[in-house]
Amino acid sequence: MLDKGLTPKVMLDMYYHMALARAVDDRMWILNRQGRAPVVYTSNGHEAAQVGSAFALNRGEDWICPYYRDLALVLAYGMTAREVMLHLLGRAEDPNSGGRQMPAHWGHAERHILTSGSVVATQDAHAAGLALASKVLKDGRVSVAYFGEGSTSQGEFHEALNFAAVHKLPVIFFNENNGYAISVPSRKQMAVQDVAARASGYGMPGIIVDGNDPIKVYEVVKEAADRARRGEGPTLVEAKTYRFVPHSSDDDDRAYRSREEVAEAKKRDPLVMFEAYLRDQKILNDKKLKEMQQQIKDVVNDATDYAEKAALPDPSTLADYVYSS
Amino acid sequence: MAVLSYLEAIRETLRQELAHDSRIIIYGEDVGVRGGVFRVTEGLQKEFGEDRVIDSPLAEAAIVGTAIGAAINGLRPVPEIQFADFIFPAINQIVQEAARIRYRSNGTFGVPMVIRAPFGGGVHGALYHSQSVEAFFAHVPGLKVVVPGTPYDAKGLLASAIEDEDPVLYFEHKAAYRSLKGEVPDDRYLIPIGQADLKRQGKHLSIITYGLMVSYALKAAEELEKDGVSVEVLDLRTVRPLDVSAILQTAKKTGKVLIVHEDNLTGGVGGEISALISEHALFYLDAPIMRLAGPDVPAMPYSPPLEHAFMVTPEKIRDKARELAKF
Repeated sequence: MLDKGLTPKVMLDMYYHMALARAVDDRMWILNRQGRAPVVYTSNGHEAAQVGSAFALNRGEDWICPYYRDLALVLAYGMTAREVMLHLLGRAEDPNSGGRQMPAHWGHAERHILTSGSVVATQDAHAAGLALASKVLKDGRVSVAYFGEGSTSQGEFHEALNFAAVHKLPVIFFNENNGYAISVPSRKQMAVQDVAARASGYGMPGIIVDGNDPIKVYEVVKEAADRARRGEGPTLVEAKTYRFVPHSSDDDDRAYRSREEVAEAKKRDPLVMFEAYLRDQKILNDKKLKEMQQQIKDVVNDATDYAEKAALPDPSTLADYVYSS
Repeated sequence: MAVLSYLEAIRETLRQELAHDSRIIIYGEDVGVRGGVFRVTEGLQKEFGEDRVIDSPLAEAAIVGTAIGAAINGLRPVPEIQFADFIFPAINQIVQEAARIRYRSNGTFGVPMVIRAPFGGGVHGALYHSQSVEAFFAHVPGLKVVVPGTPYDAKGLLASAIEDEDPVLYFEHKAAYRSLKGEVPDDRYLIPIGQADLKRQGKHLSIITYGLMVSYALKAAEELEKDGVSVEVLDLRTVRPLDVSAILQTAKKTGKVLIVHEDNLTGGVGGEISALISEHALFYLDAPIMRLAGPDVPAMPYSPPLEHAFMVTPEKIRDKARELAKF
């Protein structure tokens, strides 16, 4: 483990980002229920998959192409809690979109987080294209597309994987399989058990990993990234995980899954499991945890206050940036 | 200065641009070894290598989607869609992604890419190899839509499109590929996108058009000249953005306007031009604005009499212009 770069310090940093994401997530829901944020999309339950994969990349240099579920991912990739809150509240200073996009439509040019739209699987082709440029320019970058299992029904998922495999592009297709596309269970999405099984149809490795274990995810993505950088082409990674809360603040998941099922899944909460692991390894103790929790509380409070006080966009900017000039 | 066909002008421009800027890559279906189904990219893979002139899988959404990614990561992709009729699988990537990326990211991302596609009919291409699709895209803020009508314009506009920081759709008329010839300077030059060109001066009426219809309108104008009708021909060259001042200028000058396009009448570019003139030059008009366009049938049929009935021809333009002149 340690020889792959996962020192105790790095693991603590991973835990910090998972816990920060959960805390930002919780705060966003509170703001929504208070009527201060119109809509929230969550990463609650996906933190290990997202943070583990981010830490396996050359953050800020490699490209990530997120989807709306990826709060923990973008935080681990360098977006600040303030920036997330600015985005949630549609402030002018929001680096994702300047208040133009609804929440969870990530994008941060400086940090190499690709801007995202709402139609699922478009980013799979973008990731392949970013990687195509990396191959031509020999810039050593790897690109990663993130997507839910529902979006693998889209044609562009297929097209992107096929294109990337044919041209041996340095790209990773990272599926966060939580078993539901809003309300539709994966058995109604596909007739195969695993998204990863599809990889063989494209001529690339398909790896299944426990998406609730950040270290396992880290190892798998690190290997896929190394493989990509060696010029050996793309990898499809399927991180099996679970979403602990509804799809969005406008959804009610009681309509499509039992409370027992959710309670059962929560027994494998990635945050709780990773905390136990770190304690077991003597990397984390009560004192350290308390300090970290206080730090996170301060960061989330600061982010909320900062964003709420930040200016809204000026209506006179409505027509800015339709074209470059 | 050489006399080149419309197709040769496009090929020479691609060659010149590939040599001029190492960030440019070309890809699409059959563009490499085969040089494209119309041979527009013939010889380019041999000259510039498989890394820069790429035969891609047969999947339009992936062609455009990957071009977006490649553009963002530092290349200047010039993907080809084999026929404009096949662009629709990629329409989400073009309209919802390429066109909106600068806007939705508040100016922090841009997509400098040129999508080339042969369009238009009169070549027995039937429903799925004859369409004019420019109006779909002319509707979309964030896109630029270029439709050259001469070999000279084809070169200068393509070079500008490739230099542009925003996504450009560049539509090449199939019937123009080999039928239109003209002098094209050897050196690189740019024609600004969004600037119309007065192809012929006239006094009695104005024909506003673009693409293959420019040469057809010029033929019609020559015939009408014999009857003493002096026709002005304005070549838009770009249908988004429109050159509003050039449109209003010719409308005000002659007071009679005929708008011609091969694309279907309803919702075509002509409606927008007509509205602009009505809004800004109404009292200069001596006759109703007229439109001559492809009929409102789903697409161009195959069998020659049906195809001919659909096509806008120099004769149909001449007759419609005569009707307008007499008004």
